[in-house]
Amino acid sequence: MTPRKDSGPGADLDVRSDFPLLASDPRLHYLDSAATSQKPKIVLDALRDFYETANANPHRGAYSLSVRATECYHKARVRIAQFLGVRDSDCLIFTRGTTEGLNLVAGSWGYANVSSGDEIIVTALDHHANFVPWQVLALRKGAKFRVCELTPDGKIDLDFLSELLNERTRIVAFNHVSNAIGTINPVDEIVRLVREKTDAIVVCDGAQSAPHFPVSFESLGVDFYAFSGHKMLGPMGIGGLIGKREMLEEMPPYQTGGDMIEFVHDDRTTWNVLPLKFEAGTPNAANAVGLAAAVEYLDEIGMDRVIGHERSLISLAQKRLAAIDGLHIYGPSPAERSGVVSFTMSDVHPHDLATILDGEGVCIRAGHHCAQPLMRRLDVPATARASFYVYNDESDIDALVAGIIKAREIFAYVET
Amino acid sequence: MSRPEISAELSALYQEMILDHYRRPRNKGTLENADASVEMKNPLCGDEIGLQVTFDGDAVRDLKFNGRGCSISQASASMMTQLVKGKRAEEIESIRKKFRDLMLGNVGAGDSELGSLRALSGVARFPARVKCALLAWNALETALAGRAG
Repeated sequence: MTPRKDSGPGADLDVRSDFPLLASDPRLHYLDSAATSQKPKIVLDALRDFYETANANPHRGAYSLSVRATECYHKARVRIAQFLGVRDSDCLIFTRGTTEGLNLVAGSWGYANVSSGDEIIVTALDHHANFVPWQVLALRKGAKFRVCELTPDGKIDLDFLSELLNERTRIVAFNHVSNAIGTINPVDEIVRLVREKTDAIVVCDGAQSAPHFPVSFESLGVDFYAFSGHKMLGPMGIGGLIGKREMLEEMPPYQTGGDMIEFVHDDRTTWNVLPLKFEAGTPNAANAVGLAAAVEYLDEIGMDRVIGHERSLISLAQKRLAAIDGLHIYGPSPAERSGVVSFTMSDVHPHDLATILDGEGVCIRAGHHCAQPLMRRLDVPATARASFYVYNDESDIDALVAGIIKAREIFAYVET
Repeated sequence: MSRPEISAELSALYQEMILDHYRRPRNKGTLENADASVEMKNPLCGDEIGLQVTFDGDAVRDLKFNGRGCSISQASASMMTQLVKGKRAEEIESIRKKFRDLMLGNVGAGDSELGSLRALSGVARFPARVKCALLAWNALETALAGRAG
């Protein structure tokens, strides 16, 4: 079934049958899309089609099959760039995912530009992938690593950020949307604050925004934006880093090897042009093609409908969960969140909850969500997290709520 | 209230004895003048355990634990403290290995030496939870190794 376009934004989206894994098991309630999304058939078909009709090493052969592979790879880049509001598709570097994109900026721009005494700012809301690379960079360079604190409801404390910013600040990194509690961060305001007070670069972790609402790199105003294909209906192992051309041009390569070179002399090497300068080795062309099919699919639905659909699910989930005695939901109000409801129960640990829900066919995440600094501040070792996407509907929330109530009954029950 | 309908695997996992140790953990707290003190965390899920032990020659004289985590990690710790108190290091090591084998599914039914720990045998069916059950035992192993060194 193809997504319908004929009605208002969101609530009626009915695309579960497009996803073979979900269609094959009607009992499955997949509520862990913030970890990875399921894949629609057209993405799986695109992968198979590439390998069956165009498979060769891109940029290598003079023969027509290799030219076809190169064209597929190039077209995929252009299509994904268009989806994310990037006119100059050479500024979209394919990576394995968000983690590699952020490491690329830290390893290339960071190592070339950060010196002892400089300052790097991240936030307590960040995923380890947007925390640890900067911490390691700071430690190696003798720079100060500053962590911006949060407001009590789990938003970046902009006053705190403003205090941290100074002329020594070289990098400000934050996530567009928190994977752990779903907070949508005010990119405009953060960029404005940083530009007012510093010459720092602004790095945005887009792993949880690109899948869920319309994103235009050029309107965001950040210097770098990293995203993951597998969280937006694409295959695992492909994602991207978007940067401003003038910065990418000046940055040294991140990895070296085949494809990223121009001339290799015995004593020195010159680099290929963008984007290939940052793509050493055989590119992941098939997965790029798969991701292009995924964004095509999302565009067919319409990203406004995607966010509309999720908003209605989140507010319904919020309402139903909040009515459960002893259940505590983290993060700001549903209107300020995307995709995620993170919670704890007073008498059932998140792991026990996840195990019992699994018995009911409900997949949720239990743990620290790769955000230990945030968990320390919330003063919990772990939370349970339900996350939503295009294929979820009210029946998933019904199953979630029923499973939680069952878990609590199991834990409250005493044999007499 | 009647017990809710759950699968055989789940009822084996959440036996009454396990829930009882989770609700009313034995030997929970801190020991004055501990000979060994170990903190251990499971970085994957955030389960935490602190274990304090006093020795009497080659034997564990007393031990207490604290920490936070799921029912399996906390019940396992509570049951372990009851079982090993007064036992010699060698006996404890033998129990630890047998318990580990039970958790990893290497043996079907637990050895009688395991006593109440056999109530945890249902964990073997849940690979994601095995590390929860072993956390306290890993802490105890470290504490015993420290005594030897």
